[in-house]
Amino acid sequence: MTTQAGIADVIAVDGAEKSFGAVRALQGVTFRVSPGECVGLVGHNLSLCPNLTITENTRITHRALRGFGWRRRGEALIRAKLDEIFPAHGIDPGRTIASLTIAQRQMVEIATAFSETDEPVKLVILDEPTSSLDASLASQLLAFVRKFVAAGGAVVLISHILGEILSTADRGAATKDGQVVAERPATEFSTDSLVAAMGSVGRARGASRSARDRPSVAWFMGEGADWVRPRDNKVALVAGDRNVDGTMPLWSILKNMTITLLPDLTRLGLVREKDETGIAQGWRDRIEVRTQNMDNPILSLSGGNQQKVLFARALATRSPVVLMDDPMRGVDIGTKQEVYAMLRAEADKGRTFVWYSTEMDEVCQCDRVYVFREGWIVAELKGADVNEENVLAASFAEQAA
Amino acid sequence: MRLLSADTLRLLVPALSLAVLLAAVFWLQPRTMSYTGLNLLFNLAVPIALATIAQMLIMMVNDLDLSMGTFVSFVACVTATFLNTDPLIGVLILAGCIALYAALGVVIYLRNLPSIVVTLGMSFVWGGLAVLMLPSPGGASPEWIRWLMTSKPPLVPMAIVASVVIAIVAHWLVMRSAFGVVLRGVGGNQRSVERAGWSIVRARAAAYALAGFFAVLAGMALVGLTTSADANIALRYTLLSTAGVILGGGEFVGGRVSPVGAVIGALTLTLAASFLSFLRIPPDWQIGAQGAILILVLALRLVLNRREAAESAK
Amino acid sequence: MTAIFSKPWIWSFLATIAVFIATIGFTAGASTLGLAQAALTFAAFSIIVGLGQMFVITLGPGNVDLSIPATMTLSGTVALKLMDTNNDLILVGILSALAIGVVVGILNYGLIKLLRIPPIIATLSSSFIIQSTAIWYNRGIRIKPPDVLANFATASTFGIPNVAIIALAISAIAWVLLEKGIYGRWVSAIGQNLRAARLAGVPVDGVRFTTYVLCATLAALCGFLLSCFSGGAALNMGAEYLLISIAVVVIGGTAVAGGFANVPGTWGASLFMFLVVSMLNTYQASAGVRMLLTGVIIIAVILAASRKQSA
Repeated sequence: MTTQAGIADVIAVDGAEKSFGAVRALQGVTFRVSPGECVGLVGHNLSLCPNLTITENTRITHRALRGFGWRRRGEALIRAKLDEIFPAHGIDPGRTIASLTIAQRQMVEIATAFSETDEPVKLVILDEPTSSLDASLASQLLAFVRKFVAAGGAVVLISHILGEILSTADRGAATKDGQVVAERPATEFSTDSLVAAMGSVGRARGASRSARDRPSVAWFMGEGADWVRPRDNKVALVAGDRNVDGTMPLWSILKNMTITLLPDLTRLGLVREKDETGIAQGWRDRIEVRTQNMDNPILSLSGGNQQKVLFARALATRSPVVLMDDPMRGVDIGTKQEVYAMLRAEADKGRTFVWYSTEMDEVCQCDRVYVFREGWIVAELKGADVNEENVLAASFAEQAA
Repeated sequence: MRLLSADTLRLLVPALSLAVLLAAVFWLQPRTMSYTGLNLLFNLAVPIALATIAQMLIMMVNDLDLSMGTFVSFVACVTATFLNTDPLIGVLILAGCIALYAALGVVIYLRNLPSIVVTLGMSFVWGGLAVLMLPSPGGASPEWIRWLMTSKPPLVPMAIVASVVIAIVAHWLVMRSAFGVVLRGVGGNQRSVERAGWSIVRARAAAYALAGFFAVLAGMALVGLTTSADANIALRYTLLSTAGVILGGGEFVGGRVSPVGAVIGALTLTLAASFLSFLRIPPDWQIGAQGAILILVLALRLVLNRREAAESAK
Repeated sequence: MTAIFSKPWIWSFLATIAVFIATIGFTAGASTLGLAQAALTFAAFSIIVGLGQMFVITLGPGNVDLSIPATMTLSGTVALKLMDTNNDLILVGILSALAIGVVVGILNYGLIKLLRIPPIIATLSSSFIIQSTAIWYNRGIRIKPPDVLANFATASTFGIPNVAIIALAISAIAWVLLEKGIYGRWVSAIGQNLRAARLAGVPVDGVRFTTYVLCATLAALCGFLLSCFSGGAALNMGAEYLLISIAVVVIGGTAVAGGFANVPGTWGASLFMFLVVSMLNTYQASAGVRMLLTGVIIIAVILAASRKQSA
């Protein structure tokens, strides 16, 4: 298979689909990259062994690094590559991954992906590679990518930073909801044309808040951080990553729904099962969970319905504030509409929702929107200002150098 | 320059505590400051060090072997009986044990079993087999083992020589070789190692087989020292081996282990037993003291971990 | 009909019946009642510690209490010594036993929470300290229990051994706590998904603390009863009970990975374990075979109940 340029393809992907559990990541993507064969992959953290040194991690990646003197060769290899990509990096290959900063870890991962032993590396996929790098390191990386590509290699650069795509890529593809919606030479991309092509942005990072009153609760939640429900029960949570943060896999729908509410349903340490069933059924009807029997195991439900149960878990409590951690990820459109309507109804009754979302549709439903970029709030939009254009503009805005 | 990095401190703690303890013992009993004295002090450390390395290999892949004590006792019984009278059968049995260990390592992974319960069950299997073999103390040590364990190399006592050899071999195997890197990687980030194309099944089989091998050596060495065996001879090795690994800087999860530290830890614990008796601490409390030492070391570890976290946040 | 067979504990009861019949068959029905009473007595002690272990294991992977034998020993030793065969001091004895359980539980959880020591190691280390304390306190003299207690522990009411009645009562309470109480829900939630439980508002630390204290207290109670039953507190009296407590939980159908506990199953498992042991005795199998078989059965059971490693 060849591209228009007539060069043999590295990877030709037709109609690719990928689901992570309930999340449909790719729906029928056709994509080709040229030229080459071997692949390096850099993704989000956690692909290095934290207990090993940098050199030892290189050994894990390269089976050819063995036998007498492997350590010396491995160290030379990774040091050379680090020097090539990030001059003056100052990283000692003898250090363990655990002792590195996040930026250094990312640098090591990138260098490892580009490093070669017996097989040449022809294609490297970089997934948000600059997420932990400062501006100068990022530009070093992008400069290296240009060099690598010029020498015949291929790179797939996944990024939400428009500037990176404009400066580094030859060709760009924008995806929305797992489908490629625009593919054209990178120079033809601009914020406006992106907005026009996409409507919603697949990977814009935006947080939105819908509020009738000013909430008086403080909370902290980051990736992997542990949030603890405050004692005064003013806040409830709807988890987005169901399996990790939400469902009790062995339990029934009923028990999953009532867990947060249990203290209210308990007298003398015993759960009042009649009250429990009553409340749960009420919420099942209100939120339209599709099940005949609330005692069925939670995992018998579809992903969307499981998510609804998690909503009911939070909404059934008396908490005036409800945090939502991207809860509609991987949920079908029908369920989404039902839930949006219900959220609106609850908000009208006085409930406050703090909604972390990456979907433009959801973000635009809110009364107030805070757009985050790399951990900082870069824009606050209220009322009539809440629309796609403004949110996108804020997300893509170049950082002052 | 990382002058006093947490890494260095990890090894410093066991080395220093050994030195301090040794000094204390010499002070309490000056007669131990001799070739014979040292040999006597550290004799029993050799089988303990071997068992500690075995436990270390298991902890390296994020498991724990609660059957270490009974397994070493079982091996001791086999050594004192079969290995002595019918060496071929003895070797076959021991080889079979190592194979069984490898199988356990694989099955635990494939079926998602908790290693505590499996090894606890195995401890009864080994214990039962040991009792069947030697219902009462008996047997005799094979000549060559006895010769090895009671040898008197010039200048440095056998116990020290053996400990150093064990430390060097284990260090090379686990920390320096390309093979050891993969095993430790499995403990550190199994998914990543798997994605890089390595077979987790084979890695775990290798780790467990090696552990079984070292444990077999431990049982054999023990018989060489005590010349006979019984079914309960090494029951305390479970806690001792675990404590030795921890004392030496190893962790329960994450694949962070130190073979040199483990051997030093074993030496320290052996010495601690003598130290406690020199201090006239009643035998009643010796067993409790070992538990207390383990807790103390873990508390110290917590402090070191906090320091390391502070370091990498810079 | 299929509903009954889907209950996880049915298998241990079926196995128990099978072994019971086999044993009776061998002894030609000689002492059915005696056998049943012996079974119930043995089961009683296993159940009491087994229930405590059950709650701990249900807290999730890595949660095991290895200090049960030591706690039993210390409790029996201290209580008997304090009572000093005096019937008037029985209440002192009971309270001291329970107090020891509470203290041990606090110690265990303190090590787990404050020093971040994994439960296996924390309880293993504390068991050595507790055992030492028992040895030191005992001073070798074997003190007898007060007559009233000794008689009570060895007697039966309406044909059922008293200790079994106590175990039944404790089982009933445990069942209510587990199935109907908020505590049981919380333990199960933590065992299934610790992070989700915390995010859902479950007081994780409080529940874990309570569970470890509960387990140690039950172990102390068991040690107390066992010493009264055996006429004294021996220093190795708890030795077998570690594996028994875990075996009874695992074979009884409680999930080893946590999240699901099963009270009736522990009864089935204890009776089964006892009958296997006595069957081996009637066939004159030695202690070695007994140990071997116990280990093999445990491993076989968790293997059979296990699930394949997900890709």
